[in-house]
Formats: sequence, C-alpha cells, structure tokens
Amino acid sequence: MSSLEILDLKTHFPTPDGIVRAVDTITLSIRARETFGLVGETGCGKTVLGLTIMRLLPPTATVEGKVMCAGRNLLEVNEAEMRKVRGEEIAMILQNPTTSLNPVMRVGAQIAEAIQLHQGLNKRDAKEKAIEMLDAVKIPSPSGRANEYPHEFSGGMKQRVMIAMGLACDPSLIIADEPTKGLDVTIKAQIIELIKKVTEKKAMLLITHDLGVARELCDRIALMYAGELVEYATLREIFEDPLHPYTRGFLGSLPDRGLVPIPGMTPSLIDLPEGCRFHPRCEYATDVCRQKHPEMIEVEGGHFVRCFHARS
Amino acid sequence: MKRHDKHNSRVMGAVARVRESRSAMLGLTIIVLLVLMAIFAPHLSPNDPTDVRLGDRLISPFTESKYPLGTDHLGRCVLSRLLYGARISLAVGITVVGISTVIGVTLGVVSGYYGGISDSVIMRFVDATLSLPSIFLAVVIAGMLGRGLASVMIALVAIEWTSYARVTRGSVLSLKEKEFVESARSLGARDSYIMARHILPNIIAPVIVVATIGMAYVILAAAALSFLGFGAQPPTPEWGAMLNAGRVYMRTAPYLTILPGFAIMLLVIAFNLLGDGLRDILDPRRVVVE
Repeated sequence: MSSLEILDLKTHFPTPDGIVRAVDTITLSIRARETFGLVGETGCGKTVLGLTIMRLLPPTATVEGKVMCAGRNLLEVNEAEMRKVRGEEIAMILQNPTTSLNPVMRVGAQIAEAIQLHQGLNKRDAKEKAIEMLDAVKIPSPSGRANEYPHEFSGGMKQRVMIAMGLACDPSLIIADEPTKGLDVTIKAQIIELIKKVTEKKAMLLITHDLGVARELCDRIALMYAGELVEYATLREIFEDPLHPYTRGFLGSLPDRGLVPIPGMTPSLIDLPEGCRFHPRCEYATDVCRQKHPEMIEVEGGHFVRCFHARS
Repeated sequence: MKRHDKHNSRVMGAVARVRESRSAMLGLTIIVLLVLMAIFAPHLSPNDPTDVRLGDRLISPFTESKYPLGTDHLGRCVLSRLLYGARISLAVGITVVGISTVIGVTLGVVSGYYGGISDSVIMRFVDATLSLPSIFLAVVIAGMLGRGLASVMIALVAIEWTSYARVTRGSVLSLKEKEFVESARSLGARDSYIMARHILPNIIAPVIVVATIGMAYVILAAAALSFLGFGAQPPTPEWGAMLNAGRVYMRTAPYLTILPGFAIMLLVIAFNLLGDGLRDILDPRRVVVE
C-alpha cells in the first residue's frame, strides 16, 4: 500500500530569462511506514518537490502531473480540502527552524496551533497536548518550556519543536526538509535518533543533501539531479551497487569514502544541457549521452536508473 | 520561580529599556502627569471653567489666590480652563489615533497580505491623501462637515489612518514571506488565522511608534483647527480655541496666549519624546537575544 504516489510531476517557473524546470517529470511512490530519501545537491529541486506536494508554491508556478494520496489527486482538490490535508494527513517540517518559528509567539502556542486547527480542541486541551508533544520530542521540563519564546531555545531544541509541530496532529506522511541542516554533529545524531523513533509507524519523505543522514534513516533512496530522478532503489542497493555515475560520484564525496568531489557545477535549471543532463560532468559520457536524453529504466526489481551505460 | 519570571521577559525587557531611555522616560512622565490632571480636573480646578464673571476680567497670573493663573477676557479662570482643556486634547488624540489605528492596520494588513487590486486601490488612496498638505485637507474636510469637535475628529481620522496603513503594509510585505508563515500554512492554517495570529503580533511594535508620534500630530492639528474656528466652540475650554480667543489681548494680556500655547507644546513634545524613545527601544536590531 502506498501512502503517496507521484506521477509525471512537473513544476516549472516561467521567468523572463526562461522556464525554470525545478521538478521535471518525476514519478515515485512512498509506501506506508517507509522512509523515502530524496537526495541531491543544493538547487536540484528537492524542496520544490516537497512544496509542490503541499501545494505551497507561489502562484507563478505551473504544475502538471498527479500527486495521489488516499485515492485523490491533491493537485485537484479545493483549497479548503487541502488545508485539511496539510498538518492532518501530510505535515511538512521546513528547513531552518530558527526562522520557521514565530518570534513573538510562545512555543507551546505554536504547537497547539495545528491541534486547534484540525482537532477542534479548546485552548487548554490543545496546550495540554502541545506539552505532551514537547515531552515526546524529549524536551526537558516541557510544561515550563511551552511558555517560552523561540529565542530561548537552542538550534537543536528548535528543531525538536519543529518536529513536535509536524507530529502534533498525527499525520500519516511527514515531509522533512533538511531536518539536520545547521546542527552540529552530536545534536545531529540526537535529532536523527529522534526522527527515527517518532516516524517509526509513519511514512516519511526525507529531503536532504546528506547521504550520511539518508543512510541512517531511509528504506529507499532516490537521487535527484537537475530536476529529475537519476537513480532510485533500496538503501542497500544504492550504497552497495550504485549504477548511475552521479550516484557513484555522490557516494565518493562522502567523508568515509574518500571525500572526492564531483567535477563541475550543477547546471542551471533554465539552461539544461542537451542529452543526458549529467553528461558534462560524467567521465563515462559518450556521443549518445550528448545527443539523447536517457529514460528511466528498471535494471532489476525496484532498482531504476537513468543512464545508457548502467549495465555495460 | 525563575521560570515564572521568564513569561514576562519580553514585556519586562521593554519596560526596563523605557526606564533607561531618558527622553522616553521624560515624555512618559509628562504624559502621565497631564493624564492625571485631566482625570482629576474637577477636583484640581479652583473654579468652574465656563463660569463668566465680568467683574474679574483679565486678572494677571499670580496676583490673586482665587485665580492662580489669572482670568480671561470674560473673567473665566485660566487654570481651570487649562485643566479641562487637557481632557479635550487627550480625548481627541486617543479617539482619533484609536480609530485610525483600527482602520489603518486592517486595511494595511489586507493590502499587504493579498496584494493585487485591493492593494492598488488602498495604496493609491493613501498616496493621494499623503500627497496633499494634511492640515489643508483637514480644514477642507472639517469645513465641509461643519463646526464642532466631531467633524474635526472625523477629518483627522480621514488623514491619520493612511500612515498606519502604510507602515502596516510595509511590515506585512516582509512578514508574509517569513518561513513561520509558510510553516503555519503547511500545518493547514487559513489566511485569516495567519493574519490574526502570526502577522498582527509582529507589527505591534512599529504601529505603537507611529501611534505615539501620531498622538502628538493629532493633538497639535486638533488645536490648530480649533484655533481656526473649526473645532471646539465657545465656551468649551479647548487649548486651541483659548489661544484664538486670547489673540486679541496679546499686547495687554500675553499670558492668555502663552499659557495654552505652552500646554499644547508640552503635551506634543512629551508624545514626540516618548515616540522617539520607543522607536529606539522597539527597534528589532536593538533586541538582544539572551
């Protein structure tokens, strides 16, 4: 059973300089209780994909395709229905906890917000629930901390608060956008532990540029490059049998695998290279890569890759 | 124990900084004194402010204990009239600023948050109002509505709300791009909720500053309009009207213009000092994160 199914999703932003193809024909499905990692470099369109699912894009964006959740296409439901989906069925934990919390609102009230919006609890019960959530994300003396303002929390604590907000209404799917961004190593490990624990029974789409984090949390991983998926398999297959040169390069840039950078830069999403989008940076590129755009092929059960040379 | 204190840390922090700011403290002290005088005017006044005693005309200040600040051309006690005048000035200021804040902030939030046509219509209206000399506009509106304090207040509200709309819109434009607004939306909040719970509390600081300086402007403008004969009508003890009545006796009894003029100046300066101080105190760049 899949919790979310994305079919041929395209999110484009028309600009005076051309069309920005932030998400280009992406198909993937997230199963119930699974943690699905969406991994890619900065600017490859990962966050835009998350915002597209939540329908939180600016009005200038054009979206095509389908986002199927509980039997309906989220791109077609009306705004009132969508508000119910947000927070209650799908919650998004945004990056930058520091700016994602309202500085003049008590932390407890911010967590209570979603509870009041969706479960119609009164203020007192919602606050009670908010304190429970703070306790669930391991914040010490939660009833006192609930009355404090965000500036009284450290970065890691704020991230915990963000997680508590996302979990408050018990959504079936969580989209976590770079949940460990800007945290130092020990705090990062704690947050990963926490996420692992609280999302045990939930589906999660983890958006990250950090394969190390993905390795800790994910069941399956998709690599995203320049707006499209290039490889998509189980965690084990990605780490033990990577097929796409980009995946190999990405793995090679991990600290414990030699810290070798991928040469070149990510292409601009306005001016994408002809043929395979990765060919200017690829050491295996041949003429066919320069001329033809490769399709996603299934090399073995559930392992997809977008490369002409994957099995040669 | 410490935990309980912390709840009020924001408020207490602001109060502590008001204490540190000398000009804000001076302004606040003058305002509090004048407000107390206005409230207790019936107890503090030695005489009825509208009591005409033609036998006691134009008595100089500090000469008779019955009239500590002298009498005007109709023998009315100047001190009593000044005390009651504080009531009128403060009441006009608070009413006009209060109504203007409600109108201006509401329209400013709508304008900034939704943008588009409502923004264009509201802001062109604001621009048009701000492009004309405000006192001239007030005279025209008050003139059309007829004499009396009510028409002066309506005229001042019609001008004053535009500053609040403008300040509010500017703040909302930057606030609505903030991630906590997006975060609230991602949890399923509707627009009205975001405006009330996330946007409004964040624009209180700039609005308080504009409102305090607005008080000074409104009190001065109301006195000016009364001086010109639009506002308070005799025998109402309004400072601007007193100034106008005393004008004829400027050579023989200068205190009839100096005293109400000084009262207006004192109140206006007090609000300006407080406003300036608050602007510094509430400046987000000054807020220290403990």
